[in-house]
Amino acid sequence: MAKEMRKIAIYGKGGIGKSTTTQNTVAGLVELGKKVMVVGCDPKADSTRLMLGGLAQKSVLDTMREEGEDVELDDVLKAGYGGVMCVESGGPEPGVGCAGRGIITAINLLESLGAYEEEHDLDYAFYDVLGDVVCGGFAMPMREGKAKEIYIVVSGEMMAMYAANNISKGIVKFAESGGIRLGGLICNSRAVDREQDLIENFAKELGTQMLYFVPRDNMVQKAEIHRKTVIEFEPEAVQAGHYRNLAKAIDTNKMQVIPKPMPIERLEELLMDYGLFD
Amino acid sequence: MTQKATTTLKNEALVDEIVTMYPPKVARKRRKHMVPVAPGTEQKIEANARSVPGIITQRGCCYAGCKGVVLGPIVDMVHIVHGPVGCSFYAWGTRRNQGRARKGGQNFLEYCFSTDMQPDNIIFGGEKKLRKAITEAYEIFKPKAISLHATCPAGLIGDDVVGVGREMSEKLGIPVIGFACEGYKGVSQSAGHHLANNGLFERVVGRDDVETDKFSINMLGEYNIGGDSWEIERIFEKCGIHIVSTFSGNGSFAEMAKSHNAKLNIVQCYRSINYMAEMMEEKFGIPWLKVNVIGLKATSKSLRKIGEYFEDAKLSARIEEVIAEEEAAAEKEIAPIRERLEGKTAMLFTGGSRAHHYQSLFKDLGMKTVVAGEEFAHRDDYEGRKVIPTIKIDADSRNITELKVEPDPKRYNPPKTGEEISRLKEDGLLSEYEGMLPDMMDNTILVDDITHLEQEMMIASYKPDIVCSGIKDKYIFEKMGIPSKQLHNYDYSGPFAGYHGAANFARDIDMRVNNPAWKMIQAPWQKRPMIKAEMMVETEKEILA
Repeated sequence: MAKEMRKIAIYGKGGIGKSTTTQNTVAGLVELGKKVMVVGCDPKADSTRLMLGGLAQKSVLDTMREEGEDVELDDVLKAGYGGVMCVESGGPEPGVGCAGRGIITAINLLESLGAYEEEHDLDYAFYDVLGDVVCGGFAMPMREGKAKEIYIVVSGEMMAMYAANNISKGIVKFAESGGIRLGGLICNSRAVDREQDLIENFAKELGTQMLYFVPRDNMVQKAEIHRKTVIEFEPEAVQAGHYRNLAKAIDTNKMQVIPKPMPIERLEELLMDYGLFD
Repeated sequence: MTQKATTTLKNEALVDEIVTMYPPKVARKRRKHMVPVAPGTEQKIEANARSVPGIITQRGCCYAGCKGVVLGPIVDMVHIVHGPVGCSFYAWGTRRNQGRARKGGQNFLEYCFSTDMQPDNIIFGGEKKLRKAITEAYEIFKPKAISLHATCPAGLIGDDVVGVGREMSEKLGIPVIGFACEGYKGVSQSAGHHLANNGLFERVVGRDDVETDKFSINMLGEYNIGGDSWEIERIFEKCGIHIVSTFSGNGSFAEMAKSHNAKLNIVQCYRSINYMAEMMEEKFGIPWLKVNVIGLKATSKSLRKIGEYFEDAKLSARIEEVIAEEEAAAEKEIAPIRERLEGKTAMLFTGGSRAHHYQSLFKDLGMKTVVAGEEFAHRDDYEGRKVIPTIKIDADSRNITELKVEPDPKRYNPPKTGEEISRLKEDGLLSEYEGMLPDMMDNTILVDDITHLEQEMMIASYKPDIVCSGIKDKYIFEKMGIPSKQLHNYDYSGPFAGYHGAANFARDIDMRVNNPAWKMIQAPWQKRPMIKAEMMVETEKEILA
């Protein structure tokens, strides 16, 4: 019998490090012997750059425009680091058309092309989704159970937490119809005061957990400039170990909840309690 | 079916009973849209407000008002719908606006133009495809002007049809006029009429200065359904009144460009075109006069009003001659039909002014209009222009741009002196419309944006002999055994305007109302019971046991 594929979507405030965290973690999963697919849901099409060693990917929507209806899976799927299957949905130029509708179209196409079928023997599919949940299209991975597990990348900065709380509202909305659950918060540290305490408590309030605390390390930036994940670029680095731990934490995570988003006042109180002390 | 009222109720009691069927909030809202008419009293109606979800409205959208009503009938322009092919069904002239090419001119009414937006255009933006469509249409047809109409999806993704129009105008050297008439704007078609008026006024009217005859007019708000405009033209020409341009039935871009040279604007459908009348008066000094050319008496009255405006003895005499001749001829045809229609009743549910206009025609036939209502009227259509200062401006009406108009430095040329015009305004001849309420009789109901439930209950109570409405509800009435006549597109008939039209209408109504088939319609459950049950009576002993 085929194994159950875990479908995971990574959300979080724009610029928080979703793509970087996702790809570094995926590299860790690869080392654990897992077969993974990464689906970039961002019109910029840069979610698989570290897997492919550059922006070598032709997006699903670009291919559709050129090939019309005759798109084949091989046209849009490219194998990257450790055999990770990489797809970018792509989308319009900023300020034109409808990127949300683009993501919906791309994901539907991938499904109809059989990207998720058993023959690919996948353990994981990761959706790396642009920014906040800005409209229906960006909620697509959550809808209709395209992704079952959500992880939110967050930091101790107010706006990142604000976004995480908002995304939780989106999860609640789709929890019943799509059966999706929040797997936890991943703290991508910005080195703010008492960040770990703050996020741990924030997670508790949301009814979830802080799955892992990824410390800030310039190594990530260095590897990124070389278009590689830390694990590939510097396997012995301390930071590589952190990503391996995060990968293990996801692989063994059993805590899947419907979050309890809080009113903005409560969020501000939390910040007062943990963020303000001189 | 939820109808409760099956016995005939007095208008007020009926309205009160209808609202008991609604949840309290809806009842409060809908009550304000229904007026049990009490002649001789001041009555107020709520109108031009958002429809209540779930009530089944007959309304259309902004795009329907802009493309479907005002722009669509213009024959020598190419009208391109920017949207998916479903919306583009209305690129076709489904309202039966008729039109002919002028001598050596063009007519594109038989064609449908659509950008046929695909998922790809939604995702990556549709402006490129729109530009391509404009270029293609221009190369094939070489029209004098092109209009572009935005549908909801085009608006949602931010395609700028107005901007593309401006850009393509420069490129092609002809007016390409974009209308941002996305369906979701406003509360009904009415928003689309306003947008269309603005576009035509800014981009078409006033382009071509020519000399016009002494008695030259524009006919505003006449859409040539079933050939109405041609009948009106026939009568006017016979009187010696020349039509420069009609907005917009059998309309022509070239003629509209000259329309500012006319000496008078006459307004038929006040709701859809009053904006144009007012803006043309402000910019060019042309006064406007409300007419009604539906019905014998109404047509004659309108002709006399035009005579009164021109203050020319010869013209007035000619008008009287024409009236005498035409009325006599029409009366000869209508008289025997009237005998069969006298005392019958009608209900009128139309888009805008027709529910008012056709009451005159039914009166000519000896019929009473018991319930009348409009889909997208504003309060002034019902209560008259005197209420305009008291109409609330809400977020929906604010969404539609009100143009700031100033007198044209070269072309402002009133055909009469300021004193003469003010006198005619004071007399109520110019710039006046009293609305349809004053023309409604005792024990009738005026209802705005009627709902399905209200229609059913009013029909059950009044038992009208005919209901005039549109395609959305026509067959519901006919299934109830009541003949129906469409007043949006006239079914397959017309013209109904003027004198010949009145006779046509009389024949059509007679055929329907006096057709015995309607009395034979029975639903299966009216012939035999659908469920059978037996009543058992238990004895006291059995119950105790």
